[in-house]
Amino acid sequence: MGKAELPLHAPGTQVDKGYIGQSVPRPNAQRLLQGRGAFTDDLRFPRLAHVAFFRSPYAHARIKKLDFSRAVKQPGVIAVFDGPTVAEYCTPWVAVLAHLKGIKSPPQYAIAVERACWQGEACAAVVAESRTQAEDAAQLIEAEWEELPVVVDMEESLAGKRVIHPDLGDNICFKREHDTGGVDEVFASADVVVEETFHFGRHTGVCPEGRAIVADYNAAEHSLTVYHATQAPHMMQDIFSRHLSIPEANVRVIAKDIGGSYGIKVHVYADEMATAAISVILRRPVKFVADRLESFLSDIHAREHRARVRLACSKAGEILAFDLDDLTAIGPYSVYPRTSGIEGNQVVNLTGGPYRHQKYKARMHVVFTNKNVTCQYRAVGHPIAVALTEGIVDLAAQKLGMDPAEFRKINLVPDDAYPYTFPSGIKFEKLSHHKALDLLLRTMNYSQLRAEQSRLRNQKVYRGIGLAAMIEVTNPSPAFYGVGGARISAQDGATLRFEPTGMVTVMCSVTEQGQGTEGIFAQIAASAVGVSMDKVRVITGDTGVTPYGGGTWASRGAGIGGEAVLLAGRALRSNMLDVAAEILKLEKAELDIKDNSVINKLTSEPKLPLQELGRVAYFRPDTLPLDFQSELTVTRHYTPRQYGFTFTNGIQASLVEVDPDTGFVKLLKHWCVEDSGTVINPMLVDEQIRGGVVQGIGAALYEECLYGPDGQLLNGNMADYLVPMSGEMPDIVCAHIETPTLQSQLGAKGVGEAGTAGAPAAVMNAINDALAPLNARVTRMPFTPERILQALKKV
Amino acid sequence: MEQALNVTMTVNGAQVTRSIPARQHLVDFLRDELGLTGSHIGCEHGVCGACTLRVNGEIVRGCLMLAVQADGCRVDTIEGLSDSKELEKLQKAFHEKNALQCGFCTPGMLMAAQDLVRSKKKATREEIRAHISGNYCRCTGYQAIVDAIEEAING
Amino acid sequence: MKAPSFAYAKPRSLAEAFDLAARPGAKILAGGQSLIPALNLRLSSPELLVDITGLAGLSGIEILKDSVRAGALCTHTQIDKSEEIGKHLPLVAEAVAHIAHPAIRNRGTLGGSLALADPAAELPACALALDAVLVIATKKGERRVAAADFFKGLFETDLKPGEILAGAEFPKADKSVFLELTRRQGDYAIVGLAGIARGNERRFAFFGIGSKPILLKPKSLEEGKASLPTPAADLYHSPSTKLHLARVLLERAWNRL
Repeated sequence: MGKAELPLHAPGTQVDKGYIGQSVPRPNAQRLLQGRGAFTDDLRFPRLAHVAFFRSPYAHARIKKLDFSRAVKQPGVIAVFDGPTVAEYCTPWVAVLAHLKGIKSPPQYAIAVERACWQGEACAAVVAESRTQAEDAAQLIEAEWEELPVVVDMEESLAGKRVIHPDLGDNICFKREHDTGGVDEVFASADVVVEETFHFGRHTGVCPEGRAIVADYNAAEHSLTVYHATQAPHMMQDIFSRHLSIPEANVRVIAKDIGGSYGIKVHVYADEMATAAISVILRRPVKFVADRLESFLSDIHAREHRARVRLACSKAGEILAFDLDDLTAIGPYSVYPRTSGIEGNQVVNLTGGPYRHQKYKARMHVVFTNKNVTCQYRAVGHPIAVALTEGIVDLAAQKLGMDPAEFRKINLVPDDAYPYTFPSGIKFEKLSHHKALDLLLRTMNYSQLRAEQSRLRNQKVYRGIGLAAMIEVTNPSPAFYGVGGARISAQDGATLRFEPTGMVTVMCSVTEQGQGTEGIFAQIAASAVGVSMDKVRVITGDTGVTPYGGGTWASRGAGIGGEAVLLAGRALRSNMLDVAAEILKLEKAELDIKDNSVINKLTSEPKLPLQELGRVAYFRPDTLPLDFQSELTVTRHYTPRQYGFTFTNGIQASLVEVDPDTGFVKLLKHWCVEDSGTVINPMLVDEQIRGGVVQGIGAALYEECLYGPDGQLLNGNMADYLVPMSGEMPDIVCAHIETPTLQSQLGAKGVGEAGTAGAPAAVMNAINDALAPLNARVTRMPFTPERILQALKKV
Repeated sequence: MEQALNVTMTVNGAQVTRSIPARQHLVDFLRDELGLTGSHIGCEHGVCGACTLRVNGEIVRGCLMLAVQADGCRVDTIEGLSDSKELEKLQKAFHEKNALQCGFCTPGMLMAAQDLVRSKKKATREEIRAHISGNYCRCTGYQAIVDAIEEAING
Repeated sequence: MKAPSFAYAKPRSLAEAFDLAARPGAKILAGGQSLIPALNLRLSSPELLVDITGLAGLSGIEILKDSVRAGALCTHTQIDKSEEIGKHLPLVAEAVAHIAHPAIRNRGTLGGSLALADPAAELPACALALDAVLVIATKKGERRVAAADFFKGLFETDLKPGEILAGAEFPKADKSVFLELTRRQGDYAIVGLAGIARGNERRFAFFGIGSKPILLKPKSLEEGKASLPTPAADLYHSPSTKLHLARVLLERAWNRL
């Protein structure tokens, strides 16, 4: 199926896609290129106070005493606060949701009360005229601690000899079991059974811009304006309102330019809530920006899993069943409001994703530890599910002596099998696994790479090719969070306002963190209305301006926000034509809008420039019929309804060379074929994929938050925590297939997380493919040289 | 006790005289005192490159230089090099190839890239990657940046 | 993270510098590429920074008959771009290209690297391999210390309070090889070696495997591999891994000389 036919005109007219499908450079990138963006830390406020946090040096300790007497006397210090004081202004929260049956978590406070539960948890706040002065004073806080037993290891946590929260009885935050039935029988009788245990290292987002918030409480109005580097302004508006007892519409949350988020900045952070509470207490603007050390200690971590997986297949290579036991370690609290149970839950939902099979059994436990809190980070659960699935699939192929691409061809869900319900219960509208695999193998010249690999092996040069097929959750409905009771909106709205000079302002509730949200909204709006892109301005990230909506998460911006913009654009066009018809005294059906002008639909003859339409509608309505009112501001909302999640599919490949003497891996090239439905801007989609792939490479090769046995973070700085830099990254070839979703006019699915979902699996399979002749295999990410040398039995 | 020194430097072509605390690093001075917020702070230990600026014609990490050490120096920031149009070709290439997403690393990245463009070397993709290997980008995965620099050098 | 408070002085003469540097809690500031991160991270709280970048006579590269003398304030970029160093001291030219990244090399100095004596740094190992002499300026006059005596331990050198490293003299070598293993370009080495051949002697100075660079002068490759001491672990690599990697580098370097 080719590109979607988009009805952008009123029904019955000639189809014209406008800017849809074009690689238009982003208008809002210009200010960023000149250093003229406005990140939260760039903003200036009168009487701005700065907060620095005194953080627990221990992973688990009772706070016996905090002495602020020296700190308060330091130059520039305004106030010093402890947990109980801030708790009078900010109520605690419990991150549980009803649809995650049995999930439990203790209440978390804005600043720790009585007990610190991870090294780095904020235990006091120092407010001063400058950040420097606040840090000076924080060093002079005297604290007495009673160290408590520390739980760091996930298996120990599960065993529960030492329980972190005695009131909860054990360390299990959430557990889930899924069983289609008949699984044990299949494994007992299958020709081939393979089993492997994979470990995934805890890692984190490392956003270039630290978390940032300026909270500005106006005591005269009992109102709060928060400039917040957040992906979900409306969600935060609700949370500030409820926890600080300020009426909802008195809270305004504004997200300015954001220096990367990738999910890190969609969660509620205790220190940010504390900052807002402090603004209320002090009745002046208060700023907190997490510095890099704080970021490593307190930005959410993610993806610490131990996954044991088994696959049963026939000797012809047909997959019969998967069996999964997954254990994941979170911090001492489930994170608010999305809970820290979702990542594990997704692993259960997505294992085996691309493949035909009927039988599936899974057990999954989420356990508390005294390490930093964890929650959703780009691709949530997918990197784990895809890696363990693709890893065990390769192992099965190897056991059968079958080429991994051939094995996948036998088992990928056929392209004509849809709609399709998966053994874990999830439903697919329409995917294109086989088309994607064919396109990938052709694009990468798979057989030629295999021949070259073979030739080089004879010269003791070890190259590996790794494949990773995947499905990805995008455009979620309230099934993700809303059904559990979360006040997280799965619908979004766009207001399009026609300006007198013929420009269009778009205000949409989906937000931008660099992925190009505002760019594609301008493309869609311009196409839908009939104006050129330079006439369009987009505003996002302000609860005082845009319709109510969900913001950015789970790859929903294009599919949901874009649809709202499209619907509003079409409606605005129609209303503009109503006005034009009155002005021109012609039938609306004879008219259309194109290139900033009302035109004769048949002949394309320009009839009325839009700025003239604007002049009359706004300044001379006295010239229009008595019973006619122009409505040139239109709002439309959109919620995906038929499918709980709109799944996409993709397949990646990695080509590596492993040095068996040093264990070093060289990434030679990477490919990604992705089907994300209608592509609005191919360049932006490719770039989202590339950025996501490199993040996934980070997880596969470099990134791990290393904790000592006493719960101390050992590598919480940019020199010791290794992020991918340009010198080691490959070029990444992207190709697309477009299977539009029929749930919307636009047909766009999401794509922001696809790269990250599949890259770790592809790289792992490539490394293992390279090591295969040497009888070595690696299963613990990140694949450091040491782990590869250990597999090779060289150390 | 906070020691401050009187410092005079030229910033984006304009002479600036201030009393500066000894411990304030150059990028904090530029951002907080002069309002030049285009240079960004990403780590304050010299690894991420977001604070890369030009001092006396050479790129430096703004977080690893005390502002008082810039006494008598010529400092150029992203704002100045944008207004002077020195970066125009590179910025156009970055824009057209979407070599930026969130934009936080971009000013530092452009400074590092311009260093290479100015040298007029015909650099290979590997050499370009080596030259920007000290500038952390999380959004792009680097390829589009390499493409943009390659175009600015060769195009 | 903002640096703690300190006083700052920029002496205009060596005499002035000696007195300032001798004060308790004084630290010498040159390029600042290692000191300032430590200050920003509040790992270090000196009372006084003595900025020596204004002192004359501490820069410059001089080619002598059998050696090359480089001033302590030579930046890594100056060394990198020096045709003279490229021609007469290729080991150092190769090494300096591995130091961090261009923006750091523009400020970081030879003297700073040698005086800090980071066990994973390139230049101390080069000095040791070449049997360099460190030239130290003191109130009582100049003193000269062989590299083997200069590097004493973890971030520990023979420099006494109030002394300032003025430069180093590197004897030339017949052949040289520089190898370093890093996860990413510009990182501190996991393991590295600076190797030279001079007459019949082969000298290999390893860095990243001990608290200071370690010199081996093996007669054979096997002897070299056997005589490597077991390194301490680092964050990512066990002693056994580091030893293995050191042996791999030695083997790769051996045939290049």
